[in-house]
Amino acid sequence: MSSTFFTAAPHWRWLIVAYFFLGGLAGGSYFLATMMDLFGKREDRPLVRLAYLIAFPAVCVCGLLLTADLGRPERFWHMLVQAQTFRPMIKAYSPMSIGSWALLLFSGCAFLSFVAVLAERGWLPWPPLLRLNPPAPLGRLVTAVGALLGLYLAGYTGVLLAVTNRPIWADTTLLGLTFLISAASTSAALLILLGSFGGGSRDGIRALERLDASVLVLEGLAIAALVASLGRVAMVWLNGWGLLLAGVMLGGIGLPLLLHWRRPSRDSRWWIGPALVLLGGLTLRVVVVFSSDGL
Amino acid sequence: MAEPMGFFTDTTVCIGCKACEVACKEWNQLPATNGGHGTLSGDSYDNTRQLDGIHWRHVKFIEQFSPDRSQGRWLMMSDVCKHCVRAGCLEVCPTGAIIRTEFDTVVIQSDMCNGCRDCIGACPFGVIGVNPVSGTAQKCTLCYDRMKVGLEPACAKACPTKSINFGTIVDLKKMAQARLGQLQQAGENRAYLYGDDESMLGGLNSFYLLVDTPQVYGLPPDPQLPSRNLKASAVWSVVGAAVVGLMSVFSFRNRGGGDV
Repeated sequence: MSSTFFTAAPHWRWLIVAYFFLGGLAGGSYFLATMMDLFGKREDRPLVRLAYLIAFPAVCVCGLLLTADLGRPERFWHMLVQAQTFRPMIKAYSPMSIGSWALLLFSGCAFLSFVAVLAERGWLPWPPLLRLNPPAPLGRLVTAVGALLGLYLAGYTGVLLAVTNRPIWADTTLLGLTFLISAASTSAALLILLGSFGGGSRDGIRALERLDASVLVLEGLAIAALVASLGRVAMVWLNGWGLLLAGVMLGGIGLPLLLHWRRPSRDSRWWIGPALVLLGGLTLRVVVVFSSDGL
Repeated sequence: MAEPMGFFTDTTVCIGCKACEVACKEWNQLPATNGGHGTLSGDSYDNTRQLDGIHWRHVKFIEQFSPDRSQGRWLMMSDVCKHCVRAGCLEVCPTGAIIRTEFDTVVIQSDMCNGCRDCIGACPFGVIGVNPVSGTAQKCTLCYDRMKVGLEPACAKACPTKSINFGTIVDLKKMAQARLGQLQQAGENRAYLYGDDESMLGGLNSFYLLVDTPQVYGLPPDPQLPSRNLKASAVWSVVGAAVVGLMSVFSFRNRGGGDV
């Protein structure tokens, strides 16, 4: 039996699951927006704006969720500042420590891109803010840094779980990879859903759909590799959690892929695929977090 | 720095009186479970159940009997934080609330902890829990306040059979070796020391004399540091990020082709 089964659960539950999911969406959306801005077409700009408009509110909710989950929420700042010396609190080998800083810095970038989009749309009439939009150099810098931090935010949560001693979490090193890929697939799905309603170009949506399909294939492979890497520990999933994970593979990855490949032209039920991807991403995190909590 | 201090717990002389639990609760003013309305666990004489934020000592009762109960033995063990030389809790704590003291023990400063609970999942022995009164993670401090004024920890002071021994690590190791030799000479060949040498997390400053496998006592056979997974997890994540990045470049740049 793995030594991880002799440990105690930190009881990270719904607030943390919601954070893992929303953090992935925030980071993933920001990253996709930046990539789309860099490598896409001019017509993609509404989708880019949409993604930046998603990222900042989402990361604000993330901060609230994390603070609410603390035993002493009023001490949330202890993550960033040493309470006794008031010096910066940074531990390079603690994913939660570096993650707190990444969340803070990402929030800053997400805020700047958010107000830049508001200025671009004329909702915030202050011209200097337009400099925060690419191709202005400052805009390029902010979005590039934000995109990297967004990717970090999407993946570090899985690394954080692995850097414990809990069953499942610490029995594999593929959780960060899996969460990161899942963040990309769910973010693309969210942009497809909202973009289709909110004026995204048809061409841009199709590009996102193609990306989501290839990322979903990667996600399926990552989850399969994750289960294989657990070895005998994977036996603990021979229960309802395992069924739910199978549901993620079939309903959250397989079925959306099938829908994408079978019906490339849009019909009235086009939204089912991306909605399933989002549900699958949430369920994946529910399975990973809760199945270990009960052991 | 003062000399490294710790516990040597000789489980073969524990009688399960729980004086250590009571002394610990009293000295550290730990609250009662369930408002003092105790419930029976149904697990031998163990109604403490586990180490956590309000139980810093836990006497385990292991009944080993043959089906007809003609043969058997009781194993009793007073469990506590191991004050690891390389401590997983200290490694992950993002607030700096967990410190190593001048006695080489590991202490959670309750006024700095914000209750993130990372240390709970990181501890290889599952000794940490949240104290609902403070809302912070708590565990045995090896009576840091008592040690500062030259007193021994409350549990060791209360132990009537000298199962819990307190002292410098150097002295405790000598004592443990002597006791091990005595037992083996008397024919108890199952006796061995758990956590006394550096192979286990750099050494446990609270180590044990056991007479069965660690698993029987609810102890991990091969406790590890949480950081063992850091590098590989990070590398895989970077690989994943690179692949997703390339996929997005390809998808956003090439629009001419059909669907994937």
